[in-house]
Amino acid sequence: MTKKNLNIILKTENLSIGYKTKREDLMVASNINIELEKGKLIGLVGANGIGKSTLLRTLIKVQPSLSGLILINNKDLNQTRVQELAKQLSIVLTEQMTSKNLSVYELVALGRHPYTNWVGNLSQNDIEIINKSLELVNISNLKDKKCFELSDGQLQKVMIARAMAQDTEIIVLDEPTTHLDMYHKAYILKLLQKLTKETGKTILFSSHEIELAIQLCDTMIVMTNNDVICNQPCNLISEGIFETLFPKDLIKFDNSTGSFRVSK
Amino acid sequence: MNNNKTYRIHFLILLIVLLLCFLVNICLGSISIPLGNVIEGLFGTLENETWQIIIKDFRLPKAITAILVGSGLGISGLLMQTLFRNPLAGPFVLGISSGASLGVAIIILGSGLFGGVFATYLISKWSIVIAASLGSFLVLLAVLAVSSKVRDTMAILIIGLMFGSITAAVVSVLSYFSTAEQLQQYIFWGFGSLSNLSWNELSLFFGLYILGLFLAVFSIKNLNSLLLGDNYAKSLGLSLKRSRLVIILATSLIAGTITAFAGPIAFIGLAIPHLTRQIFRTSNHRILLPAVLLFGAIVMLVCDSIAQLPSSDYVLPINAITALVGAPVVIWLLVRQRKMMF
Repeated sequence: MTKKNLNIILKTENLSIGYKTKREDLMVASNINIELEKGKLIGLVGANGIGKSTLLRTLIKVQPSLSGLILINNKDLNQTRVQELAKQLSIVLTEQMTSKNLSVYELVALGRHPYTNWVGNLSQNDIEIINKSLELVNISNLKDKKCFELSDGQLQKVMIARAMAQDTEIIVLDEPTTHLDMYHKAYILKLLQKLTKETGKTILFSSHEIELAIQLCDTMIVMTNNDVICNQPCNLISEGIFETLFPKDLIKFDNSTGSFRVSK
Repeated sequence: MNNNKTYRIHFLILLIVLLLCFLVNICLGSISIPLGNVIEGLFGTLENETWQIIIKDFRLPKAITAILVGSGLGISGLLMQTLFRNPLAGPFVLGISSGASLGVAIIILGSGLFGGVFATYLISKWSIVIAASLGSFLVLLAVLAVSSKVRDTMAILIIGLMFGSITAAVVSVLSYFSTAEQLQQYIFWGFGSLSNLSWNELSLFFGLYILGLFLAVFSIKNLNSLLLGDNYAKSLGLSLKRSRLVIILATSLIAGTITAFAGPIAFIGLAIPHLTRQIFRTSNHRILLPAVLLFGAIVMLVCDSIAQLPSSDYVLPINAITALVGAPVVIWLLVRQRKMMF
């Protein structure tokens, strides 16, 4: 038990997420208890509107939790300053960046901001990390391109490289596969798997690509109307969790192939 | 970064052009002074005493004012465009110039209310400078107070515009009750003017400008993070509220001082960042900020030289010239490149 605890990098205790309004709290999900291990690829799945983004936004401190605890390396997220958090956790969001007028290299270099001095000078070490991130994500050939010249798939890789350059133990990605074709969806998720294996980072992403996630993830978090379940994909299949994901009138989960079938 | 070398050439050219514009600006005026004599005059070794006085007490302060005004407005515009993620933002979106206008309008147009001798005493140059500073400072305080309550950056933009509308309305009401002479005086202030600053006024101007510039340079790194959007910036360890405050303070210091001393000079603040982005083709503030500084100074010197109408006694309102010269250039650049850089 103690040995396992050492490996837990992110943990929630009785976490409730949602939106605070003046009159009442709009609860999106409650009683969330998840434990994420170091060096694992974790997929977060669930139907539209179930609260995947809300959960991720709460975990990365973009929005406050309603109650409960979030612990990163056993430290309460509410007690962690943003400057400190920037060295522990990096993000890739669905929102478009404001300016696409930066070169790929400049954009990836922004990932070094938590470590550079007040004017943002890059040290030799920073430059090495930036180049390594570009290599890991396989976009060294793009580094002098402007971001507006890139395709959606390339841009997603650049944003992942930027998160890599931030050199944090955890990377959180909100739906990194939207707007991508089938090949690039698989490519991005495979890339995330490779990054966890080669760098030992913990990567948490939300996605609608349940079938790909089942094949690639070490752990999956499934959000249903009643519960948030965190387990290995094969256990989730044998427990029949995926069948409870969607209403059963249209699609059905096939346990033997690990994929969804349209009901005839 | 990796293509620093090409930018070095850009900067060298800009510096040389700035120096040339500076000298030519001093040469031109109601009487033209040859370039050689101007250089002697700058070192104070000119034999022609009239020319020496013209250069030292009139043209040199005016050229320096032009440099401070052009570069300052350009930088404030750049800060506002990045902070508000809006290419239409300029140095005055926070209502700084409308605040200054209100202050000046109360002094000039409302002076009838104070009556008699007191009124003429009020309308001195310093009182206008003080009224303009007070006006913009009060509007700024209001915007800052509101912005500390509001989490959304866009809301601050709208609030700034609303403050502008309110002050504009008050100015309208005041002008409705004013005499023709008072109105004329107010309109003349609105034309903007780079001349008539004494060395004392100029040194105060310079001090405040440097303070604002220091804050702007201090924000370069944060401005670059903000290019990714608020959430990314926060994930990079940026304290949003604090950096927003520093950026707004820098802008108000620079733009407020400029409006107080030179009037509400339009257009430069909006256009210079766009022109610079088109030429330098980057959004990286480490390059943009110094480039905007140099470029703004050059454009203002050129505009001022044109406004002087060389070899005549007429001086056109600088505010008209900046837009007359600048707007076609921006249109031409955008049409030619077919793509706006932001």
